[in-house]
Amino acid sequence: MTDRQLPPDMPIAVKDPSRLSIALQSDFFYTFKRSPVAIISFAVVVIMVLAAIFAPLVAPYNPFDPASLNLMNGFSRPMTPNAFTGDTFWLGTDDQGRDVFSTILYGMRISLFVGAAAVLFAMILGITLGLLAGYVGGWTETIIMRIADVQLTFPAILVAMLIFGIAKGVTPVEHRDQMAIWVLIIAIGLSDWVQFARVVRGATLVEKNKEYVQAARLIGRRSPAIMVRHILPNVLSPVLVIATISLALAIIAEATLSFLGVGAPPTQPSLGTLIRIGQGFLFSGEWWILLFPAATLLALALSVNLLGDWLRDALNPRLR
Amino acid sequence: MALVSVANLTRIFDVSKPWLNRVVERRKKAFLTAVSDVSFDIEERSVYALVGESGSGKSTIGKILVGLLPPTEGSVKIRDVDLARERDAARVDAVRADIQMIFQDPYASLNPRWRVRDIIVEPVAARGGETKGMAEKLLEQVGLSARDAGKFPHEFSGGQRQRICIARALASEPKLIVCDEPTSALDVSVQAQVLNLMSDLKDDLGLTYLFISHDLTVVQHISDKVGVLYLGRLVEEAAPDELFDDPKHPYTQMLLEAAPKLGEFGREVDPPKGEIPDPINPPPGCAYHPRCPLAEDICRKERPEMRALRGARVACHMAE
Amino acid sequence: MSEAILSIRDLTVEIPTRHGILRPVDGISYDIGRGEVLGIVGESGAGKSMAGNAVIGLLSPPARIAKGEIHVGGTRIDHLKGDAMRRLRGKEIGMVFQDPLTSLNPLLRIGDQLTETILAHLDVSRSEAEKRAVAALDEVGIPGARERINSYPHEFSGGMRQRVVIALALCAEPSLIIADEPTTALDVSVQAQIIALLKSLCRNRGTAVMLITHDMGVIAEAADRVAVMYAGKLAELGPVRDVLTTPRHPYTDGLMGSTPLASRGKARLHQIPGAMPRLDALPSGCAFHPRCPYAQDKCSADPGPDLADGNGAACWFPLPHDAKVA
Repeated sequence: MTDRQLPPDMPIAVKDPSRLSIALQSDFFYTFKRSPVAIISFAVVVIMVLAAIFAPLVAPYNPFDPASLNLMNGFSRPMTPNAFTGDTFWLGTDDQGRDVFSTILYGMRISLFVGAAAVLFAMILGITLGLLAGYVGGWTETIIMRIADVQLTFPAILVAMLIFGIAKGVTPVEHRDQMAIWVLIIAIGLSDWVQFARVVRGATLVEKNKEYVQAARLIGRRSPAIMVRHILPNVLSPVLVIATISLALAIIAEATLSFLGVGAPPTQPSLGTLIRIGQGFLFSGEWWILLFPAATLLALALSVNLLGDWLRDALNPRLR
Repeated sequence: MALVSVANLTRIFDVSKPWLNRVVERRKKAFLTAVSDVSFDIEERSVYALVGESGSGKSTIGKILVGLLPPTEGSVKIRDVDLARERDAARVDAVRADIQMIFQDPYASLNPRWRVRDIIVEPVAARGGETKGMAEKLLEQVGLSARDAGKFPHEFSGGQRQRICIARALASEPKLIVCDEPTSALDVSVQAQVLNLMSDLKDDLGLTYLFISHDLTVVQHISDKVGVLYLGRLVEEAAPDELFDDPKHPYTQMLLEAAPKLGEFGREVDPPKGEIPDPINPPPGCAYHPRCPLAEDICRKERPEMRALRGARVACHMAE
Repeated sequence: MSEAILSIRDLTVEIPTRHGILRPVDGISYDIGRGEVLGIVGESGAGKSMAGNAVIGLLSPPARIAKGEIHVGGTRIDHLKGDAMRRLRGKEIGMVFQDPLTSLNPLLRIGDQLTETILAHLDVSRSEAEKRAVAALDEVGIPGARERINSYPHEFSGGMRQRVVIALALCAEPSLIIADEPTTALDVSVQAQIIALLKSLCRNRGTAVMLITHDMGVIAEAADRVAVMYAGKLAELGPVRDVLTTPRHPYTDGLMGSTPLASRGKARLHQIPGAMPRLDALPSGCAFHPRCPYAQDKCSADPGPDLADGNGAACWFPLPHDAKVA
């Protein structure tokens, strides 16, 4: 923008304020600064995401490296020392002597990745279909929205299990563990696109009748260009809210599926897998193997959800 | 030769309920005749005003003219090219580039997520033209500052936004601008600014306007010819002075009489009778006959043809 | 002018925001007498609706009355809260809004809405209330009132709906009606009907009317006196004929000049340069001085003078009486 050649009669060079500086001065940022709930939940989410991304650097052990494991360390209570190195197991170890803190970090990695990828998938699918339904209308809209209605009558978990079951049937045994994560993502994503599609369609119906869209049509812009360049940026705020709340739901859905044994395999345990493993030890007194992964899941889902709630209020001027 | 030639233009909308509702409720299809057999010409470098109350079809005519809606019957020819029927894409494109539109709502007609610069040059950018420095020049032409190019629409007042709309309309150097109630959302003092600006631009750039309004007093300041619409039909057409001094159609007389007058304090008017009828079931014969003080039998049976009368055209059996 | 039904003194409405305190209404004072129509005219952002909402206690938070007094029929009402205000609303003050569709409950028959309002404010039996509801509809000129009483709001046309709203505002026999842009959403022919109706009803009942509008023509036809507002302050107040024909405040003068008139022909419209300032960026002194052709040094330093005994122009250099409308 700044390298634009200005006509000679223009005395002052024009420098546009950047979108970032506009955002920092906005009411949105202002309400964020004044909401402790938003700041805390945002901080928790950021810390957890960073910890998950940099798990190999943060975690004291690599729980999947057999060389670092020793059965002698099995069932160490929290805050007890490693029998060999003298380091402390902050959150204890499981039956095979794996550091629970490290498995949580790696598990969070899988959970967050599956959750985020599933939401991204659902978002892309939902936005595309919602835009098409809202802008094109007619039969396109009828077909898309009826499929969505049918989809809504199944619980999301059921849809995910169905897809998971089909995928398990068609993939060869030796690839199942590798495929499991991707099947999870598609299964959760497919069960979640409807709400994106509905909201985007609704917002598109409003936007497409606004005069700026007519102005673009008049100029001769083609429909795809109008949908992507004009309407899409104006329907994104509700999408952002739903995406955040969906992320919490997707993480929980992944945990549920993994807990049921149809999700992440034990070779790549997610938080849900860890909870499933941990519940076996609950009644024999090794409570920490279950409690800490469960608490992590709770904290993660809760913060993401609170952030989503705040976002919804902040982006909806009528509630302010 | 006239720049725009509208002949026997008719536009019918299907306003039926969805198919299922119709079957269940045993209703027939419902049609709304928004524009019915309207003919008029617009001379080059002149301002033609279409005036009417809600439901008169004035906006529909505007949209057909710019190609946002196809006509049901009749034709709109711009420089002898019928946009709805012309097969030669190059000719259609050339004519389209010559038509622009200014909308009523200055808040809805600018995409809130775009910078003013991008909004203004879009008509040119969409055709792949060179846009360097164009927005800045146009902004100054409409009385804004070149520095405004980098701002977003929400930073402007209603009147300033309408100036931005005018700048966008001028970008592709059109011959004809359809102005759909361009000042009715603006305050009086701002309305005067915008009307004067439009009038200056017309003289400077040799533009032709189709000016759509519900307010007779506004159009007389800018127009060379006024067409009065009632329920989708053209009832009178005359030069503004002629129309104000000697209104021939009873509806025009009523409109002029009913408009609040600045100079007549505490005026006790005998208010006009009735309201505009339902356009889905218009009265037979002359659409105005149920409210007309002059109506006779022929008015209830036969729709009056447009005929010349003392320097005007009028569609009334009784006027003389 | 007889006794004042509504009396406003130094009314100031404030909205605290992160950019500071905004004053959409800043120290306005006026009276409305029995049977009098006071037109409040101004452009958007002048604070005319905000002043009306303050009187009826419908300011939406964080906006609040910061200063001043409002008296209706001799009772001070600006400090009333909750129930007391609700009782007063409808009983003493009727309200007619711009959009008739949003001021009627779409799910209730209009007869029920009228009867409920009457029962809430007047001590009458249900059958008496129903009788009065029919009479009210009859009075506002709805044909077949006895049958129409069972209709829902969407079954009426726009003009008829506004008549219902007027009936609703009048049915509890308030002494003051606040009409906020009552004809803006209506067609010209219907607008004339509604104005004529409002005028005759109020004259017959002696109701005071605060008519808020941006349309000078409506003011000229309907109002007895007119208050011109600019940037939250009264610019000029006086009998409608005097203010409109010989405006003394340059803003009123500019406003009159920019109004299109049938008699003015194809002449170029007079225009006031610039636009109404935003509330968070009010100029110093008289808020109109940056746009005023007669502004002098004093105007940017001192806010305009107070209106002498509630009349005249809040201007340091008012136009002489023989000044022509530009």
